[in-house]
Amino acid sequence: MFKILKKEYLAPTICLMDIEAPRIARHALPGQFVIVRVDEGGERIPLTICDYDAEKGTVQIVFQVVGGETFRMQKLEEGDSFLDFVGPLGVPSDLTELTPEELREKKICFIAGGVGTAPVYCQLKWLKKNGVDVDCILGARTKDIIVLEDAMREVSNLYVCTDDGSYGIHGNVCVALQQLWDEGKRYDRVIAIGPMIMMKFVCALTKELGVETIVSMNPIMVDGTGMCGACRLVVDGKVKFACVDGPEFDGHKVDFDQAMKRMKQYATEEGRLYLAAKEGDTHHGGCGSCG
Amino acid sequence: MDMIKKVPVREQDPEVRSHNFDEVCMGYNREEAELEASRCLNCRRPRCVVGCPVNINIPSFIMKIKDGDIAGAYDTISESSSLPAICGRVCPQETQCEGLCVRGIKGEAVSIGKLERYVADTAKAMGIKPHSAARRNGRKVAVIGSGPAGLSCAGDLAKMGYDVTIFEALHRAGGVLVYGIPEFRLPKNAVVDKEIENVKALGVKIETDVVIGKSTTIDALMKEDGFEAVFIGSGAGLPKFMNIPGEQALGVFSANEYLTRSNLMGAFSENSRTPIMRAKRAVIVGGGNVAMDAARTALRLGAETHIVYRRSEEELPARAEEVHHAKEEGIIFNLLTNPVRINADENGWVKSVTCLRMELGEPDASGRRRPVEVPGSEFDIACDCVIMSLGTSPNPLISSTTKGLDINRWKCIEADENSGQTSKKGVFAGGDAVTGAATVILAMGAGRAAAKGIDEYLSAN
Ligand SMILES: Cc1cc2nc3c(=O)[nH]c(=O)nc-3n(C[C@H](O)[C@H](O)[C@H](O)COP(=O)(O)OP(=O)(O)OC[C@H]3O[C@@H](n4cnc5c(N)ncnc54)[C@H](O)[C@@H]3O)c2cc1C
Ligand code: FES
Repeated sequence: MFKILKKEYLAPTICLMDIEAPRIARHALPGQFVIVRVDEGGERIPLTICDYDAEKGTVQIVFQVVGGETFRMQKLEEGDSFLDFVGPLGVPSDLTELTPEELREKKICFIAGGVGTAPVYCQLKWLKKNGVDVDCILGARTKDIIVLEDAMREVSNLYVCTDDGSYGIHGNVCVALQQLWDEGKRYDRVIAIGPMIMMKFVCALTKELGVETIVSMNPIMVDGTGMCGACRLVVDGKVKFACVDGPEFDGHKVDFDQAMKRMKQYATEEGRLYLAAKEGDTHHGGCGSCG
Repeated sequence: MDMIKKVPVREQDPEVRSHNFDEVCMGYNREEAELEASRCLNCRRPRCVVGCPVNINIPSFIMKIKDGDIAGAYDTISESSSLPAICGRVCPQETQCEGLCVRGIKGEAVSIGKLERYVADTAKAMGIKPHSAARRNGRKVAVIGSGPAGLSCAGDLAKMGYDVTIFEALHRAGGVLVYGIPEFRLPKNAVVDKEIENVKALGVKIETDVVIGKSTTIDALMKEDGFEAVFIGSGAGLPKFMNIPGEQALGVFSANEYLTRSNLMGAFSENSRTPIMRAKRAVIVGGGNVAMDAARTALRLGAETHIVYRRSEEELPARAEEVHHAKEEGIIFNLLTNPVRINADENGWVKSVTCLRMELGEPDASGRRRPVEVPGSEFDIACDCVIMSLGTSPNPLISSTTKGLDINRWKCIEADENSGQTSKKGVFAGGDAVTGAATVILAMGAGRAAAKGIDEYLSAN
C-alpha cells in the first residue's frame, strides 16, 4: 500500500499528490512515469512523475480527472493509500544527462495543451529547481478551461493562447510559436506534450523551422514493462514500445496518424465505463456511447 | 474394466463451457483415481520417470493412491516437484511421462497428469502442507519474478533456512500462471493462489510492484540491501510480432496483451473496469499453448475463432489436450496457412487477413519439415480481430542494467544447467529467462536446481 501524504487541488480538475514510495523516490528521474492502481479491480494508470524527494521517500504526481479511474483517484484523501504504485518506468528525459550549466545554455520552449499541462508543469518545475529558465506556451480552446496558469507562470516565461481569442494570444499553440519565432525568438529544442493532434501539428511546424522537437507519447498501456505491446508506436519506420523505449521520442520521426488511430481502440468501451462510474444509475443515455 | 483405455475424466460439456470461464476439466474423484491407479504396471524400470523433466517417482506415488495413502503420495511428489496442482494441469504429459508409459504401446498411457492433480487437489482439501522450513540461518537471498521458476527457487531456499524475498514487477504474483494461462485451464484463486500461499507459509516474502532494472537494480540489492545471492526468474515476456504490413491496425493484439487483459485484469468478467475487445470473428496466428489460450478466450468472449498456423497438425506445439479441447469447442483450424498482410477498413480497423497456403518441404534445423509457400495461393479471411501468438523472448530490462551478466544471441541469460550460476558472482538464473519460452515444469526444475546451486555457493562463502 502506498500512502497519500499530501493532496492539493491545483485547479478544479487537477490534483497533486505526494505518495510515500521510498524505493521509487530513490531511483526516479524526470521524464519517467509510474503506474498506479486505486483498488482491487482497478485499471493500471500511467502517470508522469512530477517530483520526488529521495530523503523523504516521496513521489509527487499531478493528474487531471479525465476518466473513471482518475475520478476514483481524486476521491482518495490524505492518509488513504493507493493499492499499487510501481516505477519509475520508461527512459528518463535526455535533459537529465546534461549538467545544470549545459542546461542553462539551452534555449528550450515547452508547449503544453490539455492533459499535457500537468506533465509539462513537472518538467518546468525540475528545470527551475536547477536554475534553468525556459519559455512555455500553454494552449487551450477557450479561457474557461485554462488550468495551472499561475503555477506554470512561477516556473517559466509563460505565454497563454486560446483558439477563440478569449484570452492571451489568439490562436492555437502553433500560431503562438510562430508568433514568438517571428518576434525573433530562437530555440534549440521544443518539447511538446499534449493531445496527439497538437503534437502532430507542432512537429509539422518545427520541422519547417528546423527545431529539434521532443514529444511525450501517452498511448494505451497495460503492464508498462514491455510485456504486452499495447503501447506500440511506429517511430522512424520501426515499432517501438512507449513504456520501455519512451515515453519521449523525436517528434519528427513519430507516425502520429497511426498513433492517434490506436488511441481510439478502446474509446467507446472506456467512455461507457466512465459514465457508469460517474453518473451511476442516473445516467440514462444521451451520451452517444452507451446505447 | 477395460485396462487398455484410461478412465475418462469428467469435463464440462463443450457447448456449455464455450460460454463460460470455469475450469474445463473437473478431475478424478477417489473412485476414478483408484481405478486409474490400478492400471499402472509399477514397472521395475519405469520409463515414465525418465520422461519426467524432474524425475518424479511416478509409480511410487501411483501405488500410494491405490492404497488410499494421499499424504504419502503427496510426499513422494513433493520430493521432486513443488507445484503439483499446477503441473498436473498444464504439463505436456503426452510428450513426457505419459509419452513413454508402457501401457501406451498397446493402448492408452496411464493418466499420470490427472493422477498428479488428484493427489495435489486432495492433499490441499485435507489441509496437508509441504514440510516446513528448517531453522532460519538469517542469510538473505533475492528472487526476481514470481513465476514457477521464482516460486520454486524461493520455496526450496526457505526450506533450507534462507531469508528469501521475491520481487515481482506486476501487482499480482504468479507470472504466466496468472497473466497468461486462462482461468478455464488453471483456476487462479483455487489453485495458483494456494500454491503461492504455501510458498509464503514457508516464510518467503513477496514484494509486488518492484521492477528490477527500474525500481532498483541487482547491484543495489546486493550492495545496499544485503542480499548475498540473487536468482533471476524473470521469464520470457517480450512479445514478437510478424512485421507484416497492417500489423498496427486497430484490432491487432499480441496474445500477451489480450490474455493479460482477460486474466490478470479480469476483463473476461462483465464487471471489470479493464476493457477487452469482444470480437465477432477473431484470427489467432500461431499453434502453441499461447495461441490455444488466446483462441479459446476469444471464443468465450463471443467470437467465431480461427487458428492460422503455417505448419500441419502434427507440428502444433500446443499440448494435445488443448488442441482437442479447442476443436471440441468449435475453433476452426486453418493449417498450412501463413498470413502475409493485414487489411484495414477506412477507420483503421482490421477487416481481413491475407494468407498464403503452405506445403511441407524438407526438414529444417528444428528437424520439422519446413513450410514453403504455394505460389498464387493468396486468399483473405474476413475478421475484426487478429491476435499474434508467435512466441516471446526474454525482456532486456534486467540484462541491460546488470553489469557482467552475459546473454546469448537470443537475449537469454547464460546460466549453468546444473547450478543456475550465471557469469556474475552470486547471481543465478533459470526458467524461461534462460531457455526462452518453454514449460512450467522445466522452469520449476530450474528454480529448484538453482536453489541447490545457491545453497552450495553460500555454504562455501
Ligand atoms: C498463455 C501461455 C500458456 C502457456 N501454457 C503452458 C502449458 O500449458 N504448459 C506449460 O508447461 N507451459 C505453458 N506455458 C509456458 C510457461 O508458462 C512458462 O514456461 C513458465 O511460466 C516460465 O516460468 P518462469 O518462472 O521462468 O517465468 P514467468 O512465468 O514468465 O514469470 C516471470 C515473472 O517475472 C516477472 N518479471 C519479469 N521481469 C521482471 C523484473 N525486471 N523485475 C521483477 N519481476 C520481473 C514477470 O512479471 C513474471 O511474473 C504457457 C505460457 C503462456 C504465455
Ligand atoms: S504497456 Fe505493455 S508493453 Fe508497453
